[in-house]
Amino acid sequence: MTGTLAAIGAGLAVIGAAIGIGNIGSKAMEAIARQPEVVGDIRSNMILMAALIEGAALITIILAFFV
Amino acid sequence: MRSFLLSIFAFIGLSFTLAAQEHHSEEGHHEEMQASHHESEGHDGCSCHHEEEYNPSGVAFHHIADANAFHIFGDLYIPLPCILYAPEEGLSVFMSSAFEFGHHGDGKKAVDGYVLHEGVVMRVADSSFPKEAVAIECFTSREAEKDGKAVEIYQVVYEGQCYDLDKKSSFDGGILGGGISSYYDFSVTKNVFTMLLTVILLFFVFTGVAKAYRTRAGQAPKGMQSVMEPVFLFIRDEVAIPFLGHKYERYLPFLMSVFFFILGLNLIGQIPFFPGSGNVTGNLAVTSVLAIFTFLVTNLSGNKHYWEHTLWMPGVPAWIKIILTPVEIMGLFIKPITLMLRLFANITAGHIVIIIFVSLIFIFGDAGESVPGSVAGGVIAVPLTMFMMAIELLVAFIQAFVFCILSASYISAAIEDAHH
Repeated sequence: MTGTLAAIGAGLAVIGAAIGIGNIGSKAMEAIARQPEVVGDIRSNMILMAALIEGAALITIILAFFV
Repeated sequence: MRSFLLSIFAFIGLSFTLAAQEHHSEEGHHEEMQASHHESEGHDGCSCHHEEEYNPSGVAFHHIADANAFHIFGDLYIPLPCILYAPEEGLSVFMSSAFEFGHHGDGKKAVDGYVLHEGVVMRVADSSFPKEAVAIECFTSREAEKDGKAVEIYQVVYEGQCYDLDKKSSFDGGILGGGISSYYDFSVTKNVFTMLLTVILLFFVFTGVAKAYRTRAGQAPKGMQSVMEPVFLFIRDEVAIPFLGHKYERYLPFLMSVFFFILGLNLIGQIPFFPGSGNVTGNLAVTSVLAIFTFLVTNLSGNKHYWEHTLWMPGVPAWIKIILTPVEIMGLFIKPITLMLRLFANITAGHIVIIIFVSLIFIFGDAGESVPGSVAGGVIAVPLTMFMMAIELLVAFIQAFVFCILSASYISAAIEDAHH
């Protein structure tokens, strides 16, 4: 039972991260389409933001495994 | 042309399937250990069971774990030095070939009270076990309860009796099921070997490139220089200078070392056979040490402004400061923890997914029972595995870059000048 609940928790964390990273990706694409000249800045900021969101999801997943 | 490509593809798929089938005949042996938890009856009534059951998650976890020997195929292993220390016995140093590799990394012999199980050295906890090299029968396991949790204790069968095995000591404080046991393992394992190899490789590449800049000053880059220069400039111009401004030169060596070390380990980990196959950046100990370096560099170079904003944020009411300060202090530690987990989880997840795709062959093929099933599984598994490998190459770069860019952003927050 605990295993199933942990799996559901990990799945929920992934849904949250996926929505967040999807939003970042779509907005970054829009921004690049509007201002192609700053593509480098947008790309590194996009990766940075995606990594930060991923961090929150990872903590949840690890907690789901160990609690 | 199309039929040519198709036949090459079919050939690769088929040989992959057959090779994996052969590999599975060993895998089955390992699985039956986990399947046969017979109740502990003290030291008697111990025998070797043989049940065939394929368990993909067991295989996946075995393949991402560290080992004391490199597996080539079948019973062929490349031995690595074992340096083992047990407080009651003293130091034992020998090559892991002394265990005589058998099926699936199980040693056929015990040496100095140590045995090799699934490629990993374990110590026989019982003092009545002979200390010299003796032939052992097989391995099994029993379920036990420890601090209210069900744990699996591996056992070795010797002359019809079961002896409990100890895992090596680890400093995880029991979070990951480790702790201080009866011995310490300082061996050159797969991971240590891969790390040394990467360090030596990077040393020669970078000294060579640095020398080329001295001897060929003013000329166009050549050979290895042309490979390293764009990558180096990318990290300098996209990571170090935007985040750290004019102080970037002080932190550039750290960022570059971290980036190329992680990148090298990620790429070598992608090679599925001998010099690679070590899952180093997918090991929490390695990533935690890298994260601790970032933590130390960040906090040791933090200026007055940084500590003021962390410990007693200026410009906010006092009652908010009481809430804010603990959150900020927690943040100091959460930053390196996420850094550690991100790299670990990304690399480990990639390796597990590849192994699960390869496992499709056995799942469809009924663990080697049905050949058409395994061929069908192979046809599905090969393109999926190739796709995943390509994604993993991308992830290898992105994770090295993310570790580097996040380290740079943490350092930049610590060295920022005051501005209000």
